[in-house]
Amino acid sequence: MTRRLWLRIGLVAFVAAISIFYLYPPKKTINLGLDLQGGIHLVLGVDIDKALQIQVDRTTERLRSALEAKGIAVRKVERRGNTEIEVQLASPATWAEALTLFQKEFPSFEAKETDQSAGRLVLAMRPQEIASQRESFVRQGLETIRNRVDQFGVAEPSIQQQGDNRILVQLPGVQDPERAKALIGKTALLEFKLVDDRVDPTQAAAGAPLPPGEELLYERRTDPETKQERRLPIVVQKKPMLTGADVADAEVRLDQGNQPYVSLTLTPAGGKVFAQVTTDNVGKLMAIVLDGNVYSAPRIQERIPSGQAQITGSFTLEQARDLKIVLKAGALPAPVQILEERSVGPSLGADSIRRGILSTAGAAIAVVVFMLVYYRLSGLIADVALALNLLILLAAMAGFHATLTLPGIAGVVLTIGMAVDTNILIFERIREELRSGKTVRAAIDSGFSRAFRTVIDTHVTVLVSAAILYQFGTGPVKGFAVTLAIGIFASLFTAVFFTRLIFDIMYMRGRKVESISI
Amino acid sequence: MLQIFVNANYDFVGKRRWFYLVSGGFMLLSIASIVFRGGLNYGIDFTGGTLVQVRYEKPASVEIVRRGLDEIKLGGAVIQQFGDAQEYLIRLHQVGEKPDALSKQIQDALAKTSGAKVEIRRLEFVGPQVGRDLQFQALYAVLAGMAGILIYVAFRFHFRDGVISVAAITHDIIVTLGALSVTNREISLPVLAALLTIVGYSINDTIVVFDRIRETRAKGIRKGQNWADLVNAAMNQTLSRTVLTSFTVFLSALVLLLFGGEVLHDFSFALLVGVVTGTYSSVAAASLVMDWEMWTRARSRTSGKLPARAEGKKS
Repeated sequence: MTRRLWLRIGLVAFVAAISIFYLYPPKKTINLGLDLQGGIHLVLGVDIDKALQIQVDRTTERLRSALEAKGIAVRKVERRGNTEIEVQLASPATWAEALTLFQKEFPSFEAKETDQSAGRLVLAMRPQEIASQRESFVRQGLETIRNRVDQFGVAEPSIQQQGDNRILVQLPGVQDPERAKALIGKTALLEFKLVDDRVDPTQAAAGAPLPPGEELLYERRTDPETKQERRLPIVVQKKPMLTGADVADAEVRLDQGNQPYVSLTLTPAGGKVFAQVTTDNVGKLMAIVLDGNVYSAPRIQERIPSGQAQITGSFTLEQARDLKIVLKAGALPAPVQILEERSVGPSLGADSIRRGILSTAGAAIAVVVFMLVYYRLSGLIADVALALNLLILLAAMAGFHATLTLPGIAGVVLTIGMAVDTNILIFERIREELRSGKTVRAAIDSGFSRAFRTVIDTHVTVLVSAAILYQFGTGPVKGFAVTLAIGIFASLFTAVFFTRLIFDIMYMRGRKVESISI
Repeated sequence: MLQIFVNANYDFVGKRRWFYLVSGGFMLLSIASIVFRGGLNYGIDFTGGTLVQVRYEKPASVEIVRRGLDEIKLGGAVIQQFGDAQEYLIRLHQVGEKPDALSKQIQDALAKTSGAKVEIRRLEFVGPQVGRDLQFQALYAVLAGMAGILIYVAFRFHFRDGVISVAAITHDIIVTLGALSVTNREISLPVLAALLTIVGYSINDTIVVFDRIRETRAKGIRKGQNWADLVNAAMNQTLSRTVLTSFTVFLSALVLLLFGGEVLHDFSFALLVGVVTGTYSSVAAASLVMDWEMWTRARSRTSGKLPARAEGKKS
């Protein structure tokens, strides 16, 4: 045999060896999609507008205190739209002073619609600030969710940004999707707010006006005997004394009655603020608010210097544990909304795998038998090429860490049908050349070279489809596009290169060849 | 040696009007069915909504499922038996927020009314916003696929062939959509994947014929041969290939339809239809080559005979 021939044999052997290497052991190397192993797939939308509003609300409160501290009286400080604050000074005389304050302490805002004589202006968040906030909301959300999932304990989760403001979360093998969703989707904004007990909450709930800078919240209380839920109105200051950001650690503990509660350890800075607040407000109520719901509002009995706080309420142990996780992982910068959810139970996944294997085997047998019957020895060669194709296809998936989904298996099954197409085109061409009176060798030669062009053209059109499908698709459909594309590529190697090699070894050496089994 | 169509000599071109008629008829029927059913039947992937697949421990019936759903005021849901009598699909098309803990609610309600254990095997919720985005993207994907093929075929063969390819693909897609509509199947994401595969694959048979036409022309044309003979010869010479290559893919799709399970059922069905129409339409597509040439020649007032040498485009 010539050196060139050995080189080609070596290349095929090398590809086969590499494939086996990547594929071994298959249980570990082939990544199964959520639809095959069971699990939950979520697409969350980050509510950027709401996040901006929350941010600007906080700035509004800071602005109010800053103006107060400087002794600048105001008639109105209010958020307008998503990113603007409307300010109405009590007197135009303080105009210059107020403007200096805005410029110095609130540089991310610019003044517009100024009316000095009326003492009125609007502070608008600068566009580049809005852009950077948007970006950081999504990034923060991503990180927070990753932290939560890590603490929840899921093997090989995948959490990615998708598009502008969407987060894709994939949790394989999760048994309780509702719990996972509650854990991931909770904003978990924890706030400690002082209760204003001078205002009658029942009247406020009936619609009585509130003093500026205060708001009406509700505490949900379940009667332990009747299981009836009551909503108790509570009037609190809008500005929180502390937030979840001041929490360093959280733990679940049990009280004397075996009722679980969450114990919080504050950061050193947070502890200092907490000590100060509790000193100044002994005897008042402090509401512990999570996502706008008051969990409890205990009375401050004395100064608390330890930096320890607790959240009590009537939760189950599991709820307390999940609360601990979200408090430790931190709050989401903005509420998230579930835009898409797909969960598959493990039994359906196992079922799909079984059916996938059955279909692949069924298609392979049908096609292999057909090729054998129709093309005999050459058909056998095509069948070996097909086996090599499937080996390369699976190995490439393992090598690229691609995910095998149920549609992906369908792609494998289709590849079986399409990969032999290439051999059919070549074999039919060889038969045609033989009929026109060419010798075996000449027929093989021109059969391969003439068919090759057609093969390329038919491959490209399928690849165009697969590429667009990959661009377009989500999860499972992407998996289909990937297997289809790899299978088509691999068939160029197996059905053309490999088959030609075998033909060359069998018919192109030594003595004259009289006949060919095709 | 097993062979089909060895010395095939069918007069495809002469009977092309029949092929056009049948293709056109199928397209009209498809469009009529789609219009009659009030447009394409998009699944929740595209409209938004919730789909729940449940499995009872013992055989149940649609009525039992319905009674269970009435319990939680979801009686308006579409219920469909899925495979055997133990498994059902529940579709809630209402757009909007998905109620919290829906799967738990359904599981409890179904278990209560049937007295059997119920397993939630799959839950899919697609928000209305995501669905709308997807509808647009799907159309864009199919059009982009066709544009890609138009450009490639026009570049590799002839502008004429690119246009005809796209016409053939459009035919295949419309007939497949029609078959989905007649059998009352939904357009889901996997079905869309099948449609895009048809875009890329159904044209393969046509390309094989185009390739043969190009090859024959490059060799030079015998005197007195006209376009009809040329196209007929190309089709007959490649007939075995066309049928055999489609047959293997047809086999694969058929196996998927039979053994692939309910989840892949519509996907396999669409592929099967697409492969068959794709093969069939290649006859009409190749005949169109002749009509195109006749038409352009008639316009430039030359005869239907070929010029003695191959066309200017080198292949």
